[in-house]
Amino acid sequence: MATSTPLRFFFAALMLGLGLAFTVPANAQQPNSVNPREQSVNEQQLLKELQKIQGRSSLPDARAQVLEQPEGRNWRQFQQVTLRWIGMIAILGMLATLLLFYLIRGMVRIEAGRSGRTLVRFNAFERFVHWMTASCFIVLALSGLNITFGRELLTPWIGPETFANWAQLAKYAHNYLSFPFTLGVVLMFLMWIAWNFPSGVDAKWIREGGGIVGSKHPPARRFNAGQKMIYWVVVLGGGAAAVTGYLLMFPFYATDVSGMQTAQMVHGIVGVLFIAIMLAHIYIGTIGMQGAFEAMGKGEVDVNWAQQHHSLWLDKEVQKGHVRGGGVAPAE
Amino acid sequence: MARMKFLCDADRCIECNACVTACKNENDVPWGINRRRVVTINDGKPGERSVSMACMHCTDAPCAAVCPVNCFYTTADGVVLHSKDLCIGCGYCFYACPFGAPQYPKVGNFGSRGKMDKCTYCAGGPEADLTPAEFGSRENGQFTGYGSNRLAEGKLPLCAEMCSTKSLLAGDGEIIAQIFKERVVRRGYSSGAWGWQTAYRERIAS
Repeated sequence: MATSTPLRFFFAALMLGLGLAFTVPANAQQPNSVNPREQSVNEQQLLKELQKIQGRSSLPDARAQVLEQPEGRNWRQFQQVTLRWIGMIAILGMLATLLLFYLIRGMVRIEAGRSGRTLVRFNAFERFVHWMTASCFIVLALSGLNITFGRELLTPWIGPETFANWAQLAKYAHNYLSFPFTLGVVLMFLMWIAWNFPSGVDAKWIREGGGIVGSKHPPARRFNAGQKMIYWVVVLGGGAAAVTGYLLMFPFYATDVSGMQTAQMVHGIVGVLFIAIMLAHIYIGTIGMQGAFEAMGKGEVDVNWAQQHHSLWLDKEVQKGHVRGGGVAPAE
Repeated sequence: MARMKFLCDADRCIECNACVTACKNENDVPWGINRRRVVTINDGKPGERSVSMACMHCTDAPCAAVCPVNCFYTTADGVVLHSKDLCIGCGYCFYACPFGAPQYPKVGNFGSRGKMDKCTYCAGGPEADLTPAEFGSRENGQFTGYGSNRLAEGKLPLCAEMCSTKSLLAGDGEIIAQIFKERVVRRGYSSGAWGWQTAYRERIAS
């Protein structure tokens, strides 16, 4: 059977339409030669649409497929300017604040004087974890600052070769010591979490300036609000530094270059803020407060120190019979 | 002095990968390191284009800016080179590079990516020109040197020199830009001078 009439009519119309479609642009192309290929791929257009231009490469390495990622040129702005300003303001600002504070307030003394009787504040394991993390932190901080500031600060003094050797060593130290540091952060998180949830006592402590700013001595349990803040800075900041650090240490396992740029930015900012906050922690634990270093040093604190700074904790320890010599020395 | 640049005319590249092979052979770079690569966009689709890409030897190079040990330097010809003696393998140049040029001999081996290697524009490194120390050798899977120094011999990079369609151009930036512009005018279309906007803040015939 022949094709039915309507269908034949349709085909005729189609042929006519196609014919027109071919002839009309052909005529139009004559005066103003517009090449369709011009519109198909254009670098500027692709860059406008996409963050990066990707394709296919015959190399087995998948990373070779990325042709261009111009945001790399902009990441340097952060690395060269933003991070350095944040770092300088945070660290130098903290040092200046602490110096000023020390000149005005001086060392916070044990008001009642030493009682001569002590009680255990941190056991040997707690102190081991603290000092393992702390010593790693100091090396990590210095080697980290070296990456951001060393080129400008140290190279003029020691020359490029010596600086490169030192930077290489510092980089290895930074990478390897991150493991005990991370372990320390995890252990601190687990062993002190029970005492570090915010409570009503903290609100009062903060209102009264923790006894550091004012002259009152608000009651506190084992950790006061300031110490709780340090705890969460270490747990969250240390955690963030560890996660972003490992992303950079194991490139392409979890992220691409854009991800590593972001990881480096987070790592850098967390790092400098962490250092600034730890300076305050070191200050209060050493020259800022009489009797405080003993807590992490030999692990025992004076009963009068505990009465002044952690009265609620001391009461409990007395109830438990942990204080040598029984009751508390009279406060007044 | 001329300001040396690369220009890949993607409307001419036939993805033969001869530039990639020539580069590997000329500079004797180890397995796994590719200073040059060809990337095909819209592969198998209308508008397919191939671009040969390596270090573009940027003006105000971001790698040099972010390097924590300042191991990069720019030659009088505008070629961006680096010192493997100073490089600590930190990876920062790799984060900063828009073209994925920096290569590391060991990947994902924490703390020891090894010394960075990249296209030298066939211009060697900081060691004395055309010495074995400049060319380098293999030590513990690392490539100690920088490969060929054709520029010191008065020659251009081999990748561009042997490009069969003259898609990849190397030489004085002004001259190769002029060649490219003339081509674009004659044939009437262009997909752009790939990477020029990013590397040199310059747009020609796009």
